[in-house]
Amino acid sequence: MPKELLDKDDIERAITRMAHEIIEKNKGVRSLCLVGIQRGGVHLAKRLAAKLKEIEGKGIPVGTLDIALYRDDITVRKEQPVVRRTQVPCEINNKKVVLVDDVLFTGRSIRAAMDAVIDMGRPSTIQLAVLVDRGHRELPIKADFVGKNVPTSLEETVQVRLAEDGLEDKVVLE
Amino acid sequence: MSLRSKDLVGIKGLDAADIELILETASGFKDVLGRDIKKVPALRGKTTVNLFYEPSTRTRTSFELAAKRLSTDVINISVSTSSVVKGESLRDTALTIQALGADFIIVRHSCSGVAHFLAENLDASVVNAGDGTNEHPTQALLDLFTIMEKKHAIKGLDVAIVGDILHSRVAKSNIYALKKLGANVRLIGPPTLVPAFMKELGVDIYTDMNKGLKGVDIVMMLRIQMERQGKGFFPTTVEYFKNWGLTSERLSRAKRNVLVMHPGPMNRGVEISSDVADGLRSVILDQVTNGLAVRMAVLYLLAGVKG
Repeated sequence: MPKELLDKDDIERAITRMAHEIIEKNKGVRSLCLVGIQRGGVHLAKRLAAKLKEIEGKGIPVGTLDIALYRDDITVRKEQPVVRRTQVPCEINNKKVVLVDDVLFTGRSIRAAMDAVIDMGRPSTIQLAVLVDRGHRELPIKADFVGKNVPTSLEETVQVRLAEDGLEDKVVLE
Repeated sequence: MSLRSKDLVGIKGLDAADIELILETASGFKDVLGRDIKKVPALRGKTTVNLFYEPSTRTRTSFELAAKRLSTDVINISVSTSSVVKGESLRDTALTIQALGADFIIVRHSCSGVAHFLAENLDASVVNAGDGTNEHPTQALLDLFTIMEKKHAIKGLDVAIVGDILHSRVAKSNIYALKKLGANVRLIGPPTLVPAFMKELGVDIYTDMNKGLKGVDIVMMLRIQMERQGKGFFPTTVEYFKNWGLTSERLSRAKRNVLVMHPGPMNRGVEISSDVADGLRSVILDQVTNGLAVRMAVLYLLAGVKG
């Protein structure tokens, strides 16, 4: 039986709080660049950017990042991961890059994402924002901004469903 | 999604979904080529061998760069300095290369069917870089990618392929690929070089260049292959240019936003005039750049096909 972890309002509130935390930690939005990890992080990055603009009144660049070519499991997977677009609309050098993803799990995607970002330039910092942290890290990686911490077992899956994909905003545990 | 075969021998063996997958993947790689660091770690530890039995600069260089930008190690075997001159058979050469641990063997040969033969005899992934007059699949894929980039769709386009169709593996691969994606293809050239039996491929045939170019969206010029001539297919190159050379005057019969393509190397003044080759409608250099992205996509996808 799927269990609902967050509903539409919870997601909205989590994004609002994370936006405030990002502003607080970075003392504003100067030099900030949000980068959503394909695919789950892309919509969330856009929502966070919209919220940041609402609060600070300034638009900030939002990019998308595909990590397929940086994964550590290419040789052991059954199928080759799909290569999607990477588009970062600004110079990465000396920017404060906030990576955005939907679920933080083993941390391996984030490792790949950091390598991909560093191949594009030298950001002054890389921070991480995730909607759900479900634990079970396999690498020494920690999120700076978390929508909700959820203890899970390895057999469970966390699904983030978003309106942008034609679904009802919801996070469920199965 | 993944490809079904470990090899890319020809377009003939692919279906529309395979072609679309390669083109979509290539657009991801085109992004990579726009960066300062044009290299990704995806195929680290793999080995690519370029086995070229025919001269080639652009295709070999393109495959070599594509393989390097995916982080594979690349060896180039030039046949004139290898043990092939000592009489080693094709199969033995290929098995030796495989025994050295090659994951990808890129092969070009003057005989049709060589890529197919190697693909059947090797565990490594074989990519056809041109076999005789049969196929040159990556050229067709990069041509399609270039068309997609400019026109955003293939279906319904009118495409003219002009020149020495008979000897052209590029034309054959393009005919298969364009038909599979729903384009209308017409061939233009002297009857000696555009045999009537090609109608069986579902194409129209024109011997009159002016009529053939009327209203087309794409003109694909082919190189007049001097090394395969000398059998009286046409009287002289001057006369060829007069009848089938692409000039801006002739090009005005095509659609206003026509694209002019050429797989290179060009014979300026034989099949194409310089003002068209360097003109605004020409996408010839885009084709070269896109070739890299497409070849990276092919190697990447083939690596995902588990035996």
